[in-house]
Amino acid sequence: MNEFLEHGLNQNRRKFLSKMSLGIGGLALGSLVAPGLFEGKTEEELFANVLPHFAPKAKRVIYLFQNGAPSQLDLFDYKPKLQSMHGEDLPASIRMGQRLTGMTANQAKFPLAGSKFNFSQHGQHGAWFSETIPHIASIADDLCIVKTMYTEAINHDPALTFFQTGAQVGNRPSMGSWISYGLGSENKNLPAFCVLLSKGKGNGQGVYSKLWNNGFLDSIHQGVQFTSGEEPVKYLTDPSFIQRDDKRAMLDEIASLNEASYKEIGDPEIVAKIQQYELSYRMQMAVPEITSLQNEPESIVKMYGPDCLVPGTYAANCLLARKLSENGVRFVQLYHQGWDAHDNLPAQLEGQCKDVDQASAALVKDLKQRGLLDETLVIWGGEFGRTNYCQGALAKDNYGRDHHPRCFTIWMAGGGVKPGVHGETDEFGYNINTLPVHVHDFHATVMHLMGVQHEDFTFKHLGRRYRLTDVAGNVINEIIS
Amino acid sequence: MKKNWINHKLTILIALMVIGYIAIGAIRYFASSTKNAEKELVSYNRDIRPILSDKCFTCHGPDVKKVKADLRLDQATYAYAPLKKSKGKFAIVPGHPELSELVTRIESTDPKIMMPLPESHLTPLSADEIALFKKWIKQGAKYEKHWAFVTPVKAKLPALDNTQWPSNEIDHFVLAAMEAKDFSPNEEANKPALIKRAFVDITGLPPTHAEYQQWNNNTQANWYQQMVKALLKKPAYGEKMGVLWLDLARYADSYGFQDDNIRTQWPWRDWVINAFNKNLPYDQFLTQQIAGDLLPNATKETILATAFFRNHKYTEEGGVIEEEYRVSYNIDKTKTYGKAVLGVTIECAQCHDHKYDPFSAKDYYQLYGFFNISKEKGYEGDVSISTPAKTPKLFLTAADRKTVLQYINTKDTNTLEVAVMGDSNKPRPTYILNRGSYDAPSNVQVQPTALESIMPFDTTKYPRNRLGLAGWTVNKKNPLTARVFVNFIWQEIFGKGIVKTSGDYGLQGELPTHPELLDWLAVDFMEHNWDIKYLMEKIVTSSTYKQSSEIKPKQLEKDPDNVYYSRSPRIRYKAETIRDFILASSGLLNYTIGGPSVKPYQPKGVWESTTSGRGVLASYKQDHNSDLYRRGLYTFIKLTAPPPSMMIFDASNRDQCEAKRSSTNTPLQALNMLNDPTILEASRVMAQKISMGAESLDEKIEKAFESILVRPATRFEKNKLVKYCENQLAVYQQKPALTKETLAIGEFAQPNRKYNEAEAAALMKTILIMYNLEEAITKS
Repeated sequence: MNEFLEHGLNQNRRKFLSKMSLGIGGLALGSLVAPGLFEGKTEEELFANVLPHFAPKAKRVIYLFQNGAPSQLDLFDYKPKLQSMHGEDLPASIRMGQRLTGMTANQAKFPLAGSKFNFSQHGQHGAWFSETIPHIASIADDLCIVKTMYTEAINHDPALTFFQTGAQVGNRPSMGSWISYGLGSENKNLPAFCVLLSKGKGNGQGVYSKLWNNGFLDSIHQGVQFTSGEEPVKYLTDPSFIQRDDKRAMLDEIASLNEASYKEIGDPEIVAKIQQYELSYRMQMAVPEITSLQNEPESIVKMYGPDCLVPGTYAANCLLARKLSENGVRFVQLYHQGWDAHDNLPAQLEGQCKDVDQASAALVKDLKQRGLLDETLVIWGGEFGRTNYCQGALAKDNYGRDHHPRCFTIWMAGGGVKPGVHGETDEFGYNINTLPVHVHDFHATVMHLMGVQHEDFTFKHLGRRYRLTDVAGNVINEIIS
Repeated sequence: MKKNWINHKLTILIALMVIGYIAIGAIRYFASSTKNAEKELVSYNRDIRPILSDKCFTCHGPDVKKVKADLRLDQATYAYAPLKKSKGKFAIVPGHPELSELVTRIESTDPKIMMPLPESHLTPLSADEIALFKKWIKQGAKYEKHWAFVTPVKAKLPALDNTQWPSNEIDHFVLAAMEAKDFSPNEEANKPALIKRAFVDITGLPPTHAEYQQWNNNTQANWYQQMVKALLKKPAYGEKMGVLWLDLARYADSYGFQDDNIRTQWPWRDWVINAFNKNLPYDQFLTQQIAGDLLPNATKETILATAFFRNHKYTEEGGVIEEEYRVSYNIDKTKTYGKAVLGVTIECAQCHDHKYDPFSAKDYYQLYGFFNISKEKGYEGDVSISTPAKTPKLFLTAADRKTVLQYINTKDTNTLEVAVMGDSNKPRPTYILNRGSYDAPSNVQVQPTALESIMPFDTTKYPRNRLGLAGWTVNKKNPLTARVFVNFIWQEIFGKGIVKTSGDYGLQGELPTHPELLDWLAVDFMEHNWDIKYLMEKIVTSSTYKQSSEIKPKQLEKDPDNVYYSRSPRIRYKAETIRDFILASSGLLNYTIGGPSVKPYQPKGVWESTTSGRGVLASYKQDHNSDLYRRGLYTFIKLTAPPPSMMIFDASNRDQCEAKRSSTNTPLQALNMLNDPTILEASRVMAQKISMGAESLDEKIEKAFESILVRPATRFEKNKLVKYCENQLAVYQQKPALTKETLAIGEFAQPNRKYNEAEAAALMKTILIMYNLEEAITKS
């Protein structure tokens, strides 16, 4: 960069930084970006809040969101009692008048539905897994299984929004946006927060861009949607008639005209613009290289399954997630739709597991074999759980389950979590017996693993200091290694 | 001799102190300044309250349930009272900082005594802040009502050193603040810059070649005033202004929750455009939107206006609990009214008394009560039985659209359904909801009442329904309504409001940088019958507005944020304006106003990858022909997957009321500008048109440059671009296949007469470069 451009940058670094995308972590401040920097806070506030607050255990997150809410009772939370009481009514003493969704609120009876799948124990902690997820069971010793998650929302939209933004309604920043804002990117050619979407054949609930939205943070912290198809990032691909050297010549032309205008007008924003064009050029080279799945060795394809070569599948996204993460993307957010099995649950669940079981486990193994699992936190789970009673007619081998926010299972691996099983639900799988984990607690814990004290990581917006954990959240120390 | 020397030294010392104090004051961004540091009164509103609110009110403020140690510092009577937890002590003893426990606490570093407590995660007060507190208490610790809750009055125009510069009253206030800080305004911008700027701000479109010539060649002294008047009459004005209101009103074309089906709210969008164009006074603009159905002479047009309150999302997800959603829609309405109309963030009081502002949970539910009596339902079935509007609905027949509602523009002859407001005959009682939860009503019933801490709600004058709320809102004594709107307009034009937190005038909001100017504008606006075009004209004909945007090193160093307006701001266009400029300058723009939203080019898979598969919006069905070239505000907004080219340039996602867009600068924007088919096609079409002319290549490039940048190219620019274009031409002359490929972009018909294709292809890439210049998407 020539001298006058450098001068222009230095003139107003703060203002410049506030508009700068991706490269925050790559800039002079390294990954130490202070909240409030963009707000013109006082110096003392600026330095009191420098991130990370303490040494992080996880540097990056890969969040495998199972959208629609997988049934914990058919995957992890083994309840023989339900099998023995199959068809009997849920005792009122267990239900305790809890609210139900409009789909089952008018049911005359709530017949308990035992899982039709066989369960077995795996790993040194004796964790239970159903036969539908043998690959995940095979990495039992790497998993921290939280059986006692609970949430406040009972419908998909608010529950998903709650998990992703810490609030059921409102245009709040997503977890990934908070992380991008606080920690920046490790790779100056890639965004800090990437989003990957896929769909199963089960009953689907849509996703929506609000989930990876920046809320009141600058829109540079918005999740950038990636695909493994022809155009991995929107508008990334040049039109066919513009070749690489062509493009270079155009960018040089643009830069030199912009430079002239900077000399005339003196606005540092123009310098930032030149930089962004350069960055876009580098992204055009870096992204296809990372998103191309063609050059993966046979062993990797075998590990993730053949689907991993089919763009847009969950398996391909898991592989892509590993590559993005490996290349320094802070937060990779996957969504896989299709878990909302109000009826025909056994068949739907088997289909969904076919999509995700092998690839989810492969991702953990792959990170491990590359020595990356220690610093990468992998999270697997949905927005709530499913009921222990049947929605609609109960058959011997067939049932559906409604939404159940009062207890459900998620698992995490790597990134400083302690393998094992956390918490216990009652014998009906309806209420939590020990060690409940609220969504806010989960957020506080993930932040903690990233080296962030969640209560101190705030952003002042319209008169209030907001944080991911709203006004609650406790770090669950028991699951931290 | 010696005495004189001491005097001299003293004078210097005092002068230094004064300079030092002014320097401290400068970061407070406050325009009114006095020259004598010792005598200057510390102002509660200006100096003390922002600190109290930020550092103390969480535990010692208006939220009675959260008050610690029984101490409130938000009102004098509580703050002066004997401390209940420390016998014989007082938080504040007016005139005596040394006896005031507050001072002891903020000065302490003992973690058990110091305030704020370490566990609050708030940083301690700085030495300057502590000094301010001491001084304030010494001077009597006088409390004041929050500035924004006091009815504005017109201050006398400040006296100036430079009396030549001002064009109107605005300039008096702006220049007075500049002079106090030793700034001087930039010179007036040149003619092309003024033409471009006024066209952007008033119409959101560039001048046509003829318009540019017309105004650039007009040598009359008042050419600028003439131009402004002409621009305010253009129908494009209503579209430009509309975007501001659509963001506040969270307008969209879909229902927004998971299955996200299509809805018909666009007739309301057309109402807004029409209202701006016919210059409906702002008090009526609000009254019709708040209570158009309740007016004694209500018409379909005024009822349509109330769709403002029905733009919120609406669930069509199976199995939801109706009451939960009905309540959430009313919460959204309350929030939108608070933020868009009054500039207050009242939603905190949904769950508890507001921590900073004088809004209790009771105040909140009293306001919510106005909306709680509507006929609306929380749920009308899932997406399989989706309807274009939800109860209560307004039906607009083809006959209506031929008579009173001619601006509703659609070829469809069917009756349109729009969701509007309508109160129930049997009003539902409103209770305070514990923790804001729909299923936890308390036994405290409340009556619809406006926010009385802002202005009393006189029930002899105002009925307890939305008509009463509207009357209260537009009463000229209401301290917020006019201030908030003139500030939005200021923000539109200068990129930031006089109150920077344009959606929050509460105690945590920022103070106005030019309080007297804000109040003057607000009062003047009301005195002129809430005339929006008058307000626009006042602002854009000021000398403040007409300055050049050049940034001198001193300005960048001393005032990087341009708080003092000693230059015209440089602001990146809004997403819609970027699109509109490109389409208009290339000649592609379809100037049709209103009608159903359209679906222009969009990258593949945006809707498909997020949808549940249900509803008619599961996949994107791109429009064709002239529908591809409508202005940005007509682009279809599907809430769960808003248009990416708009989002990349910080458009509102319309999920909630949005008072201010951010303005970022990212590599995704560069990718979009270089690869979006809309821009490539615009470059192609302009290039083909220009290449058919008889001019030289130099002249052709000058012509394109003028259309895009709205000024002549400098010699440097021209030389560079001509050279680039000649190089490209040489390549294309050798490669006819590449030429064809280059010119194939976009659906717009290829020319049916012969032209120099190689030249057009070379020009196309040259034009693409021009569109990608920073200045091409920047108001300067």
